[in-house]
Amino acid sequence: MLRFIGRRLLMLIPVMLGVVLLVFSMMYFSPGNPEDYILGDMATAEDKAAFREEHGLNDPFLVQYVHYLVNALHGDLGTSYTTKLPVLGEILDRFPTTFKLAVFSTVIAVVIGVATGVISAVKQYSIWDNISRFVAIIGVSMPTFWEGLMLIILFSVILPWLPSSGFTTWRHWILPAVTIGTHSASSIMRMTRSSMLESIRQDYIRTAMAKGQKYSVVIWKHAFRNATIPVMTIIGLQFGRMLGGSAITEIVFSIPGLGNLIVNAIKVKNAPLVQGGILFMAVAMSLCNLLVDVLYAYVDPRIRSQYVSLKARKKSTTEANEVKEIA
Amino acid sequence: MAEKIEKTNIESIKVAKHSQLRDIIHRFAKNKAAVLGFVIIVIFVICALFPAQIAGTGYKVQDLKNRYQPSSSEHILGTDELGRDMFTRIVWGSRTSLSIGMLAILMACVLGVTIGTIAGYYGNTVDNILMRIIDVLMAVPNVLLGISIVAALGNSTNVLVLAIGLGSMPAFARVTRSAVIMVRDMEYIEAARATGASDARIMWKYILPNSLAPIIVQVSMGLATSILTISGLSFIGLGVPAPTPEWGSMLSSGRAVIRDYPHIILYPGIAIMLSVFAFNLFGDGLRDALDPRLKS
Repeated sequence: MLRFIGRRLLMLIPVMLGVVLLVFSMMYFSPGNPEDYILGDMATAEDKAAFREEHGLNDPFLVQYVHYLVNALHGDLGTSYTTKLPVLGEILDRFPTTFKLAVFSTVIAVVIGVATGVISAVKQYSIWDNISRFVAIIGVSMPTFWEGLMLIILFSVILPWLPSSGFTTWRHWILPAVTIGTHSASSIMRMTRSSMLESIRQDYIRTAMAKGQKYSVVIWKHAFRNATIPVMTIIGLQFGRMLGGSAITEIVFSIPGLGNLIVNAIKVKNAPLVQGGILFMAVAMSLCNLLVDVLYAYVDPRIRSQYVSLKARKKSTTEANEVKEIA
Repeated sequence: MAEKIEKTNIESIKVAKHSQLRDIIHRFAKNKAAVLGFVIIVIFVICALFPAQIAGTGYKVQDLKNRYQPSSSEHILGTDELGRDMFTRIVWGSRTSLSIGMLAILMACVLGVTIGTIAGYYGNTVDNILMRIIDVLMAVPNVLLGISIVAALGNSTNVLVLAIGLGSMPAFARVTRSAVIMVRDMEYIEAARATGASDARIMWKYILPNSLAPIIVQVSMGLATSILTISGLSFIGLGVPAPTPEWGSMLSSGRAVIRDYPHIILYPGIAIMLSVFAFNLFGDGLRDALDPRLKS
């Protein structure tokens, strides 16, 4: 198990080097200089030259890239052009907000998604099933920012119950978490339904029913437990995406999260913050995927036993990847 | 007598033999939701092809005395913050969204399918290297990748196509790769190799046609996601430059006044949702029709 985690962590390194290279070259080769954005119109040529010198912007591309990597390995992601504060500090400042929002949204998504998915599968082709499938497709089709705006109109304008912006008290959390949560509940519901349908048709379910087991026990203990792996995969993917991809929702609700920070940094070409932020998100998402893979072993004894031999371990990871690809 | 029997035999064979395409269309037509999706897509495509005939050419015409008008007989969906007719702008907006989406998906499809086929066919080191590149692209959230490309290269239609195409490409590569791996060890591939076909010929003539189904489904799903991404980028001001009508930027300009004029963000949002909804339904239906084994 530890070897598996270690190997997966090692595999992260080339991907992270690639992410840094991608973002780094995009910021480097883009037209327009950061000093023009950061220092404003009144800056003199000397000011700009000093700025370039201070941030090492006159060095060749490779020198800058290697310099950045070496520093990053030492935990130094550079200093923000605008605030002159360490990038890592700014990111860690904002991260708890994004993380809280993601956790809150995931709870909503899992409760709605799993419950409706299971009911849909148990009562396949019933009215309930048809309605929830229809609602789920609508859910994945709505742009989250539009859903957010509509919720603001409904619950803070027409019915003045909830605040529409900021992220201080729990009342502020409700609208953004519902916005993101319902969106990913739709995907979770679809995955739960198809995975449950598969496990309900298995022989052991018929056996459990035949021996007179209570219906709810058959559904939750026998069928659902065997359907959890694909559902966990999609929950993990969604959670990872929320850590990185809810930038637009954060903007809609004026939440001071990581996404909001990075979008603003991109607009003013604050390269260190953009690179650091995207790298941070990529690492967070990858760790999230790794965590899901490790959780499989705890949920499913079959996978746990596969960690024993090297050959079997390979098989389990490819299976997990297949599920991810389908998802 | 013998002749007669032979004749009926031939007839019965004829009845049994009809094309795979007809089977697929038949299965698709039985799926009501998929047909609904198809009809909505056709309506949007017609809007995109003939916006002038449907809604006139006045999408830029400002009427500052009649700003924020609600629905009326003159303006079916009301007017926006510059007094422009919302209906006309939504109809013209379908041209923007669909054309950018389709070009981006075309690019993503060509690149992704090529990478996925090569990775799946050769396996081992080639697969490892190509898939790590795909991993890099997947590790960056789509919206942020789009934002940084547009911020780096500037707002224009071409840049948007590049940004969204690059973001959608990994899904195509992964879908193609797993489909190719499924057929790569089939007997007919071995047979083709035994006849001396080159790798390129085997991939193009035998492997790709047999792994087409999931790729076609991915096109429909990819279009849905790309329409969402276009509107998202436009919403934060990094999409199509004004005054080109685009659903996301219409939403963005209405955002400041949602408390007083909610209709300005209601209709463009419905347009986005309907088109994405249609491509999702269509894609689901296609998956079931192309490969009945996958039907849940």
